[in-house]
Amino acid sequence: MKASQQFCTFHVGPLFVGLEIERVQEVLRPQPMTRVPLAAREVSGLINLRGRIVTALDLRRRLDLPDRARESQPMNVVVRTSEGVVSLLVDSVGDVVNTTGETFERPPETLAASARRLIRGVHKLPERLLLVLDADEAAEIPSA
Amino acid sequence: MPSEVPDIDIEVVQEFLVESYENLDRLDREFLALEENPSDQATLAGVFRTIHTIKGTCGFLGYNKLESVTHVGENLLSRLRDGHLKLTPEITTALLAMVDAVRDMLRSIEHTHREGDGDYSGLVARLTELKDGVTRPSADTAASPDATRKTLGEILVETGKITPEAAQHAARLQAEGDPRRLGEILVEEGHIQPQEVLNALNVQTETRGAGVADTTIRVDVALLDKLVDLVGELVLTRNRILQFVPEQNDPALEAASQRLNAVTSELQEGVMKTRMQPIGGIWSKFPRVVRDLSAACGKQIRVEMEGEETELDKSIIEAIKDPLTHLVRNSADHGIESAETRHRLGKSPEGRILLRAYHEAGQVNIVISDDGAGIDPVRIKNKAVECQMVSATQAAKLGDGEALQLIFLPGFSTAEKVTNVSGRGVGMDVVRTNIEKIGGLIELQSQLGIGTTVRMKIPLTLAIVPALIVGLGSDEGEERFAIPQVSLVELVRISDGVHGIELVHGAPVFRLRGSLLPVVDLAVEFASGETQPRRNACIIVLQSGDKQFGLLVDAIHDTEEIVVKPIDQPLKTASVFAGATILGDGKVALVLDIPGLGQRASVLSESRERIRQEAPAVPAEVVARQSMLVFENGDSERMAIPLARVSRLEEIDRDRVEKCRGRQVIQYRGQIMPLFPLSSSAGAHRGPLNVIVCSRQGNEVGLVVENIIDVVDERITLGHGHGPIVVRDRVTNLVDVDAIVDRVLAEFAAEQEVPA
Repeated sequence: MKASQQFCTFHVGPLFVGLEIERVQEVLRPQPMTRVPLAAREVSGLINLRGRIVTALDLRRRLDLPDRARESQPMNVVVRTSEGVVSLLVDSVGDVVNTTGETFERPPETLAASARRLIRGVHKLPERLLLVLDADEAAEIPSA
Repeated sequence: MPSEVPDIDIEVVQEFLVESYENLDRLDREFLALEENPSDQATLAGVFRTIHTIKGTCGFLGYNKLESVTHVGENLLSRLRDGHLKLTPEITTALLAMVDAVRDMLRSIEHTHREGDGDYSGLVARLTELKDGVTRPSADTAASPDATRKTLGEILVETGKITPEAAQHAARLQAEGDPRRLGEILVEEGHIQPQEVLNALNVQTETRGAGVADTTIRVDVALLDKLVDLVGELVLTRNRILQFVPEQNDPALEAASQRLNAVTSELQEGVMKTRMQPIGGIWSKFPRVVRDLSAACGKQIRVEMEGEETELDKSIIEAIKDPLTHLVRNSADHGIESAETRHRLGKSPEGRILLRAYHEAGQVNIVISDDGAGIDPVRIKNKAVECQMVSATQAAKLGDGEALQLIFLPGFSTAEKVTNVSGRGVGMDVVRTNIEKIGGLIELQSQLGIGTTVRMKIPLTLAIVPALIVGLGSDEGEERFAIPQVSLVELVRISDGVHGIELVHGAPVFRLRGSLLPVVDLAVEFASGETQPRRNACIIVLQSGDKQFGLLVDAIHDTEEIVVKPIDQPLKTASVFAGATILGDGKVALVLDIPGLGQRASVLSESRERIRQEAPAVPAEVVARQSMLVFENGDSERMAIPLARVSRLEEIDRDRVEKCRGRQVIQYRGQIMPLFPLSSSAGAHRGPLNVIVCSRQGNEVGLVVENIIDVVDERITLGHGHGPIVVRDRVTNLVDVDAIVDRVLAEFAAEQEVPA
């Protein structure tokens, strides 16, 4: 991992995760969501991003975490991918974090296989661990 | 004699004109640039190419005079280009004169379709001289006839109104500083009447009038696409604004928004029009394709076209080009027989392929038909079995119409040998996929020995489509979907009490004017929770191919012009969504893909769809088609009742069966309905009874059967309305239901009359 890097950080259930800042296009407040029947359960729906239709994926479901409480509204983290943009739904948004290469470590072997595809590694920040997400993996839309 | 335009499409000429004018304008500039820098090889080469192109095209179009002028010009230019000659002002003048001559002739072609009567032999000679290195004073080379640059004096002299001397005299006076205009001088000197000067001036301005080049411009398609996108966005924004306006209660705003609405619609129409192209553009190459093909296979084929002027959006034209070519090739290669075969069969030796296009209900219909051999369903079946696409037993069950549809399966080809034309096994499935991809429909009908017809329904444009917005669920959690109006047939509101949705062996159906319409409950299909029968609901009758089905939804909203936007591919896997759109309130709604939805809900199960498709091809006199309810009577005998005679299908609990004078009856809808088992063992099994309710003059009878099998659509070759027939390759007894019902009712009534 390179010397210094900036991450957008988010809270998803008990996890504190980060995406490379250059992959994050924008962060949006909770948006009106249109459900897509018959789609995979990770697909929360479609949002209207300034006239563009963007698929929203629930990061909790992506990471096999329990669903958030019904009344809590998720934030949209719009991520750039090679295919376009995808919105990842997170519980809340944290600060931008600067990291150095020294704090990085590969994900532990014990990580569940489902999560291992998405989590590239861990930054050992002074107060807690930052899970580094693979933007492309996380934003890949599963088919039903 | 001026050469006439041969039989060439006016459009081709028009294109040639536009292109040539553009080139000529560039030539003017390039020649002037060359004068500044005579050794600029690149510019010279460019000039050469331009003239060469014009020469080539006009040679092809048969404009001989134009060709001869450009030909010598080209020769001269080639010597310049190769460095044999140096560009001198003399040569430039001569070349510019040539450009003017070309322009003249083009203008003449544009207005009269002839090259005009101008004599260019002097110019040709001059250009030839220059090419050969002869120089002479250039004064007279410029005197080429040039309608647009003719002076008033020239026109008057040519038309014999004045003598050349008078013109020269007037011109001299002008040159000496006379401030009067030529016409004024001539009139005042008494050479001519004022009216004749005016006439001549009119001639002069007319010839300078607007031509093709002034009324059309070339625009990059990418720019048009961008405009279409922007108009799409504008339409959506307008939709939003129109929704806000009523809430504001502001008359001024209302007026402004109405104006916005009108202008947007007009703009949309205009922009869409810029992308419209006549289908003749892609058809025009078919006669050639067919000619080559027929020559290669020793056939005689004539291609006929109707409705070439029918217009479609450019993107659609692009999308249907290959499928159409494929179908025409198929017709020529597989369809039409060789001249000898045709002769032997008593057909005209010349086969015919007819291409027809016409507008209908906001769609374009394209029909490709041939009078060839038709498709042999038996051969199709054998081939399909051979290729292991269907099993032999499956194949045996298929009707002729169904068998024909097998050719739409991927990898299907019946060509006995692979020709260089067709028969490589990529074919009809690709055609169908491509047509369906743009929201079109395709169907095929064929009669052995008579010919094959392929019909297509194609949307006019893909960009903005009118759609019906429907709702699912209650107010708060309502989900909305858009249904493109092309698939829409009618809307039916159903409420409790009236005949609602009924079940045929678990499959929901709705009785629509006497025939049963299969129904898809969108809520069930999309698992949106609320699946209980609802108080009020709407059935949207949809057309997909030749098949209709109903879509049950909770609410019908407005129609809206929608812009179908792409959604991510994984969401399309179920192929029930064509895309998504943004509605007036800014929310996203999914656009339903009607054929896909029908397939998924299996109302469009392949076989049923096929049976329907077959229908129009069948002559009506010998065989009657009928929808029939097929069931087993309990002695493993198959029976059928015309569907029109079936009132309802019911599953009745055995507890409800009561006895009345030796006959089984039930209380049914406030009446006592006699039951009649169609065999001794009917209903002997456990569980509820399957009852077919038939009515006769308001009285109902329940026929007890073992189990309901299916509803089929079958041709019946039977004079009287009952007796054994073959349905789906099974002997089936078509029940004379009226006789049975009458008998049961009569017996029941008689029994009732017996005093207790």
